[in-house]
Formats: sequence, structure tokens, C-alpha cells
Amino acid sequence: MNYHWNWQFFLQQTDDGLRYYEWILSGLGWTTLVSLGALALALVVGSALGVMRTTERRALVLIGDSYVDLFRNIPLIVQLFLWFFVVPELLPEVLGMWVKQQLPYVATAIVGLGLYTAARIAEQVKSGIQSLSRGQRNAGLALGFTEWQTYRFVRLPMAYRIVLPALTSEAMNVFKNSSVTYAVGMLELYFQYKQIIEKTSQVLEITLVVTLLYVVLAFTMNRLLGWVERRTRVPGLIAAGQGGH
Amino acid sequence: MHFSRTLIALAVMAAGLSAPAGAQDASATLAKIRDAKTIVVGHRESSVPFSYLGADQKPVGYMMDLCAKVVDVVKERLKMPDLAVRYQAVTSQNRIPLMQNGTIDIECGSTTNSVARQQQVAFSVTPFITSIRMVVRKDSGIKAITDLDGKPLVTTTGTTSDKLIKDNEKGQSVNVTNVYGKDHADSFLMVASGRAAAFVMDDILLAGLMANAKDPAQFEIVGPSLRDEPYGVMLRKGDPEFKALVDGTLTGMMKNGEVAKIYTKWFQSPIPPRNVNLNFPMSEALRLALATPTDKGVE
Amino acid sequence: MGDFDFSVIAENWAFLAEGLRYTVQVTLVAMTGGIVLGTALALMRLSSNRLLRRFAAAYINIFRSVPLVQVILAFYLILPLVLRLVTGQMIPVGADTSAYLTFMVFEAAYYAEIMRSGIQSVPRGQVGAGYALGFTYAQSMRYVVLPQAFRNMLPVLLTQTIVLFQDVSLVYAIGATDFFGAADKITQRDLRPVEMYTTVAVVYFLICFALSRLVKRLQTRIAIIR
Repeated sequence: MNYHWNWQFFLQQTDDGLRYYEWILSGLGWTTLVSLGALALALVVGSALGVMRTTERRALVLIGDSYVDLFRNIPLIVQLFLWFFVVPELLPEVLGMWVKQQLPYVATAIVGLGLYTAARIAEQVKSGIQSLSRGQRNAGLALGFTEWQTYRFVRLPMAYRIVLPALTSEAMNVFKNSSVTYAVGMLELYFQYKQIIEKTSQVLEITLVVTLLYVVLAFTMNRLLGWVERRTRVPGLIAAGQGGH
Repeated sequence: MHFSRTLIALAVMAAGLSAPAGAQDASATLAKIRDAKTIVVGHRESSVPFSYLGADQKPVGYMMDLCAKVVDVVKERLKMPDLAVRYQAVTSQNRIPLMQNGTIDIECGSTTNSVARQQQVAFSVTPFITSIRMVVRKDSGIKAITDLDGKPLVTTTGTTSDKLIKDNEKGQSVNVTNVYGKDHADSFLMVASGRAAAFVMDDILLAGLMANAKDPAQFEIVGPSLRDEPYGVMLRKGDPEFKALVDGTLTGMMKNGEVAKIYTKWFQSPIPPRNVNLNFPMSEALRLALATPTDKGVE
Repeated sequence: MGDFDFSVIAENWAFLAEGLRYTVQVTLVAMTGGIVLGTALALMRLSSNRLLRRFAAAYINIFRSVPLVQVILAFYLILPLVLRLVTGQMIPVGADTSAYLTFMVFEAAYYAEIMRSGIQSVPRGQVGAGYALGFTYAQSMRYVVLPQAFRNMLPVLLTQTIVLFQDVSLVYAIGATDFFGAADKITQRDLRPVEMYTTVAVVYFLICFALSRLVKRLQTRIAIIR
């Protein structure tokens, strides 16, 4: 095999004056921004949906269930294209034009990835709440809490702790899935990976480096949430016995 | 036979030589084609009219016609009249790696012959010269580079124009937001959908994208030529014999007027899939290049 | 970009159908190959041999922490290099062919984790019972443990396959013409993104929704029998 290993190219200058390693770092920055933004959005929307699906209001349950069905059964890349190309056309002309030309692409990417992930978070939150005994809700009501307050002070804090391992793997998924946002113009890590291959053809070196970076991102997220899990552990629960995963 | 080939390859590697296996007397590319009984032609999917998918999703175009002739000469040279031809779609991102790693043997697309790329691959003599300009929607009112100030400008990643915008941006102190499409068609779609105000690219590619659009009258090509660039048929580097075969074939066609005929067929007549006429007469620069064939790349 | 004009779908339905056929084909091949490979990995991961265990764990963890698009592109570019190293010849591998292998290898890591928990869901006593009947390790796995693990995990395996079916859309990255790729190519030529992407979304939704409902029904049926 005639492969010319060359690790020095990372220090070489690119067309736009930056060096290749700086492209990678900038990609890493965008990946982190998109992922954390999407994760935050997904936690908020996903929790709301998860709660809705456990209430006794049939309309709320229906909305929550439909959302999850809709967003889980369309591929992420198609969803991103819908947000990017289709939604602006359905808005009033002026607003659509603003979305297309003024709104930074990162907003579309975060919304697309965040709402996709929300469906998965909603599943976790729902199963967390449902795994609690009915006694918890009743105890809350007996203390004079409203239905909402039993969620806020009793059920959600418990549910989050129980599903934290599952949320951890969702958080790791967001980082991986953020790579798809390259298709809607995000200059994130995968985009830079593709671009560097095209410019340098040093496929093996860059693949090793980028793979390693994604592994490190996943690992960091895993450890971070493992730490949260230990800090928030409720003594005496079975779930408390497992750390990380 | 495989075994001995591997041995030779190992011996060559052990000796620290960088020449590919079996390159002593014949062209490595021709040897590979003979062994595989197949020549793999890399083509583009939306580089109209050079290399693109026609109505039945088969690759057609100006470069494909020129390459067809090259394939005929290869068949003759190898005395393999029934040599199989396999078509492999490539993009501007992967065409160079795919050429280097042997996935394709010859690329017939719209690749700029640049000195930088000559470090990695080889190019044939120049069968086409393009000028870089921009396409806009007619209703945008954009006529010159200066009208772009503050607007999003799309470019296709991994093409030489990418660099050009960045150079020019400084010179004219025009501030634009650069956005990126994954392919020319994707970039054009960004302009068509209003995502970007302009798409800066080789004028002929822009004319091709326009002609194929549902309503070509919505768009126009504006602005001065930012730069002229020669296109080439891309080949693997370090195989002078194969390059000589390709250059010889093309030069012959340039001399005997065959290229001019093929030019008229693709640039000045209705072409598939919609039977649109690009109406793109031959430029003076190209006329000169066909009269005195050259494989010089741009800086 | 004007009003909805669905004639673009009608004009190109054959090309779209061809893309969908490719998507289904990749899904089925990758599912079959992935489950076989994944089961082997799961057995390795649970084996008493430390080397095998480490290898399987590394394989599974690496593929599970790397984005699929990156794996698709990397395989596509690296595979010819590897083949050339092995055979000494340059063997061209097209995007369409490369995708089959990529998905098989990638999904195996996910199927492996499912099969592992399936195997672990079978009570230990059953292996002991197998040994008592004179079975070897391989036989007790083959005849006692794996059939049950597979059965218990069938709904999860199928759910993963629905995810796989959706993930095939990422071959867009290497320009293969799957269902989404076909739609994308037509969109770029005809400039009708609204109609095209909406149609793609609806078709994906209908297929995946129907399949996931079927899996749910299967799940309740299996649960009752068990």
C-alpha cells in the first residue's frame, strides 16, 4: 500500500489563513454549541411532553403521544431539511425571508436537533414518572400540593434521578447526532472532517483524530452525568446502586 | 497470480520505492484496467453540461463524450474490445481521494486544473475554460459584487472558488456572510429558495443549473469575471504513459475539429433531460486553448 | 417558491421507488448481518476469555460513540485502501456497495448490546441444566440460551431495525441513491424542496409508524405467552 502518512499537515496553513488543527477546533466548538443548545431545548420540551403524557387529561396525552410518534418516525436528516427548506416557505413572506437570510443557521440546527431529541427525552421522562408508585402522588396531594406541585416537588425530581442513566445515553446521542447538522450548513466537526479530507486526502490521520474526538466528547458527557448521578443519588433506592453504565 | 503480484508489491515497498506495483514497463492505470477487465469512469451528478445525470439517470455530457473517445482508445491499446465500463458518481469532496485510492481511473467532470491539485493528481490538456461569476435571482436587484454587502453568499465547499471569494472579499471590502452548500445543485437551491443572495461559481455551471431549473427566467448571471480557470480530465499522478494516451486522444480531437462539434452539441443545442439550449458560445480563451493545447494549471 | 405542485412527485415516482427499494435492501441486509455479527460480539463480551471480552467491549464502545455519518464516509474512503493492502490490487468499491458493509458493521455494535441483555435475561440455571444434559457450552448456547434470548429481545431488535431503516438516509453523505438521496437529487434538479421533502417525510412516517405499531402488538403477544 502506498499510503503516505503525514501527521504534520495539521499544522499547515489552509486557504483561509487558519491552520488545519484550528479548523478542527472550530468544528469542535460548533459541535459542542449545537449539541448543548439542542440538549437544553430537548430537556425542556421533552420534560413538558413527558409530564403531559402522564396526566389524566386525554387531550394532553394525545398531544404528547402524537408528538413522540411524529418525531420518532421521521429520519433526523429529513427533519432538519424540513426546518431548513420547508418551514420558511410556509411562514408569511416577510418572516420567511427573515428566517432564510437573517436567522443564523445555528438556530435552525438547534431547533431541528432539539425537537428531534425531545421526543426521546419525553419517552424517558414518562417512563420515569410511571415507574413511581401512585403513593408518591397521593402523598403529595395529601400534603395539600396541587397536581402540578406534585410534579414539581415530588414526582419529577424522583423521575429524573431514576432515568438519569437513560438521559446520559441520550446526551451522548445528541453529540453524535449533531454531525448530521452539517447538511444544513453547520461548520461543525464532521463538516470540517469532510472538508479536510477533500483538501489534504490524508484520510487515515484525520479519521483517527476525529474519531478520537467524538469518543472523548461521549466519554466526557458520560463522566459529567455520572458525577451528577452520584451527587443527586437518593439513598435506599435500587437505582442508586448503579453508577454510570 | 495474485500471490506473485502481492510479492512484487511487498518487494517494491520493502525497497522503499514509491512506484506502484507493476509500473516498470507499462502504465499502472492500464495494467489495473487490464487486470480488472474494467475501466471505472468517475462522473458528476449535476455538472451540466459536462457530466450529469440525464433523464434516465445515466451520466452524460461534454466531458463524458470526450472520455468515451478516450475509453475507445484504451480498448484499442489493450486489445480488449469488450472492456467493461463502470460509472462511479463522485462529488467535489471525494473525487481526489477516490482517484488516489484507485476507486476511479479517470474523472470526467468539471475539475479545475490548479497547481495545488497537481501535487495530488494529474490533469489532461485543457478542453474547457470557465470564468467565475455569480448567479442571483432576478428579483433581488443585485448587479455587482458591491450589491452583496451584508447578504448571505453561498459557495460549494471544496472548490477553488471558495478561496477566491475570500481573496476578493478583502479587496473590495464587501462584507458578506459565507454559507455553504454541499454540491453545486445544493448551492443553487439555496439561491432559488432565497437562503442565499448569490452563488459564486464557474459561469458555465451556473448557466447549466439555470437551464435545468423549472423557470430559468427567474435567474441571471451577473458581475465581472473574477477569474478564468481551465478544466481538465483528472488522472492519477505519476503515470505519464496513461496521461500521454489521454492527451494524445484529446489533442487529436482538438486538431481535427471533433471537439468543436461536441462543443456545439452540448453548449449550443438542446440537451437532455429537458431539451434546453444553454446558448453558451465558445469563448476566445477556449478557442485559443483548443488551437494550442496545454495542461498548465492555475495558481 | 410558489404553490404546491405535486406533479414533480408524479413525474419522478419511479426514481423514488427505486431509491426506496435500495433503502429496504440495505436495511434487510444490514439487519441480518448485524444480528449475526452482533450475537457473536455479545457472546464474546460474555465469554470467560479476557482477550475476547476486551475486543468485543472495545468494538462496541467505539462504534457506539462515533457518529454514523462519519463511519459511512470513513468506510467508503478507507475500504479500497484496506482491500488493496490485502489483495495487492485496486478494487473499486462504489457508494452503494460500501453502504451495505458499513451498516452491517456499525449496527452490529447496537445489536450486540441488545443480544447481550437478551442472553443475560435467561436464568443461569438454564445453562447449568444444559450442561447436566451433557451439552457443551456451544450446544447449550445454540439450543437453550440463544433461542430464548432472541425471542425475548425480538421487539427490541425490530425497534432497532426501524431506527436502522431511518438511518439509511445518511448515505446521503456519500451520494448513494437511497430513498432520501433520490428525493434530494430530484429536488436539486427541479428546485421543488417543499413538495419533495414533505413527501419524503410523509412516506417515512407512514412506514415507520406502521412498523412500530406492529412491533408494539408483537410485544404484547410475546409478553402474554411468556
